Amino acid sequence: MKYSKQLLVEAYKTMTTIRQFEERMIKEFMAGNIPGFVHTYDGQEAVGVGVCMHLSDEDIIGSTHRGHGHCIAKGCDIELMILEIMGKSGGLCKGKGGSMHIADMDKGMLGANAIVGGGPPLVNGAALSMKTLGKPDVAVSFSGDGSSNQGTVMEALNLAGVLDLPHFFVFENNHLAEGTGDEYAVSGGIAERVRAFDIPCDKVDGTDFFAVYEASKKAIKHCRSGKGPYGIEADVIRYDGHFIGDPQAYRGEGELEYLREHKDCLKIFRARVTSEGWMSDTELDELDQHAADAIEKGVQRGLAAPQPSADELYSDVYSSY
Amino acid sequence: MSNAGISAGNQNHPIKTVREAINEALHQEMERDPTVIILGEEVAGGAGCKGSDEAYGGVFGLTKGLGPRFGRGRVIDTPITESAIIGAAAGAANTGLRPVAELMFVDFIGVCFDQIFNQAAKFRYMFGGKATTPMVIRATAGAGLRAAAQHSSMLHPVLTHMPGLKVVMPSNAYDAKGLMIQAIRDNDPVCFLEHKLLYETSCPVPDEIYTIPFGEAAFCREGSDCTIVAMGAMVPRAILVADKLAAEGIHCDVIDPRTTSPLDSEAILESVEVSGRLVVVDEANPRCSVAADISSIVAEHAFSALRAPIKCVTAPHTPVPFAPNLEDAYMPSEARIEQAVRDVLGAR
Repeated sequence: MKYSKQLLVEAYKTMTTIRQFEERMIKEFMAGNIPGFVHTYDGQEAVGVGVCMHLSDEDIIGSTHRGHGHCIAKGCDIELMILEIMGKSGGLCKGKGGSMHIADMDKGMLGANAIVGGGPPLVNGAALSMKTLGKPDVAVSFSGDGSSNQGTVMEALNLAGVLDLPHFFVFENNHLAEGTGDEYAVSGGIAERVRAFDIPCDKVDGTDFFAVYEASKKAIKHCRSGKGPYGIEADVIRYDGHFIGDPQAYRGEGELEYLREHKDCLKIFRARVTSEGWMSDTELDELDQHAADAIEKGVQRGLAAPQPSADELYSDVYSSY
Repeated sequence: MSNAGISAGNQNHPIKTVREAINEALHQEMERDPTVIILGEEVAGGAGCKGSDEAYGGVFGLTKGLGPRFGRGRVIDTPITESAIIGAAAGAANTGLRPVAELMFVDFIGVCFDQIFNQAAKFRYMFGGKATTPMVIRATAGAGLRAAAQHSSMLHPVLTHMPGLKVVMPSNAYDAKGLMIQAIRDNDPVCFLEHKLLYETSCPVPDEIYTIPFGEAAFCREGSDCTIVAMGAMVPRAILVADKLAAEGIHCDVIDPRTTSPLDSEAILESVEVSGRLVVVDEANPRCSVAADISSIVAEHAFSALRAPIKCVTAPHTPVPFAPNLEDAYMPSEARIEQAVRDVLGAR
């Protein structure tokens, strides 16, 4: 067997947790239990998990507005995430960040970031800390096809190249920036852009956990060994809307049905591990059930939790009146 | 409040310019704390070139000597990419360093404002107090060098408006050193605005390390007839006016807030309670400004003490012009400050 059982179990457990977490957040949002704007990661699980399985708590990631999956893959507590997403006391950010601003410094989660292209310059900073302090860690930024057009990302690529920073740039090309396709909005290619900065960049099938896992292994080894930044462009799909409630009028006839049938990273994983004889359907089903139970417990805790106390409005910032 | 400003200069200490005082503060803090790094454009200078290993030391010489002393690993020349500079500083601050990032001119925040106000300024609050961002953004600011509209702004009102940022504007070399050391040690992002016209001004500055706490105004002159609040390069002008009027028997408090966020509103209110008259002198544009804010605080909390309408002496609400005569007319002059004081004294 090419992969250890432990690795396979961990990978599937995390992917199915993310999938079911997002499906449940959609339900809770629709039920009025989640305020604000929520952007879900379902469909892209293989990328977040394939990358983060190589990372420890000392390694840092910077995420996007579509950050729940990255948080879970990086080890954030899902119950505390649910509290945060519901704006409740005890959430990872005391209910003051919300879905778009989940951070957990103890887990090396530098924060989801609701400004498209806002993350990569910051992740350079984390990589600069590692380099300056002589640590063997790696900093990973997640970006999409949308942020690949932002000047801040170009600046971050250039500076990472200039300073040889241990920064792994992960571009998740889900082919949709809100409701605008990459064929229209991205002139040229993302991987080609990264390579233009003299940063190696591989294209990878982002629906195949094993492809992402192998590509990330190579990239992270490169970064950890002091050779500077590395990139991947993962070809992925987005299952749901830009935000929960998005009617997705930009989708073609039958497009979503096709994606769910043929591009589902969980189905692809299941087919591979069962056909190889590495895992059985029963084992996978059990992992599904474990994840469902954990999420149910978290949701119940979230629904029962109190709102933040009123004085939290004024804490964690300098202010005077 | 304290009297640690110009008025408290100890003549036994060596005379240093603002440029030398800030440079000394950076040297001493980098020496003391290996997590302090410098990054920005030309902070050493000459990277990738065949000439001197330290071609600039900052275009105004503020970081001179740091590159040779601490090496390019801690004094990092960057490309001209302000978003990347501020982003790297903020991310590094979140993960164990205390970066001092240089924006060559504060006007350049236009191309990196997201990294300042959406990112660095908000982390601590937005992440529930779990993230700290101990970074300093040094920037030259202000008019007077004929540097025209895009190299001359005073943007402290914009920065003061942003929760999560602290904003420092030293008016003299003594304060500049103590405030810079405090800024480096502070756990919030600090914008440290250095007025170009002050770089070569000097006063006694101790060789020793010292800090000046934020939110403590300095009383540069004391008097009960009128309160003059002045910031940055306007402080020496206000002092000259106060000294001139003192010869006539008119005595003014000259208050330098030193930091506009936090703002020592108590010191200002206490002074106005006695004088009943307020002149605010600020080089920034007047709309939604710190001058307007201070006026509002006094009107709200010391209204009954006021014996005359508040006067603000500011730039006009225009960009900074290039032509020397126009730029001189743009900046609040001693004559305008003096007239404002006489106006509020006349309105009995």
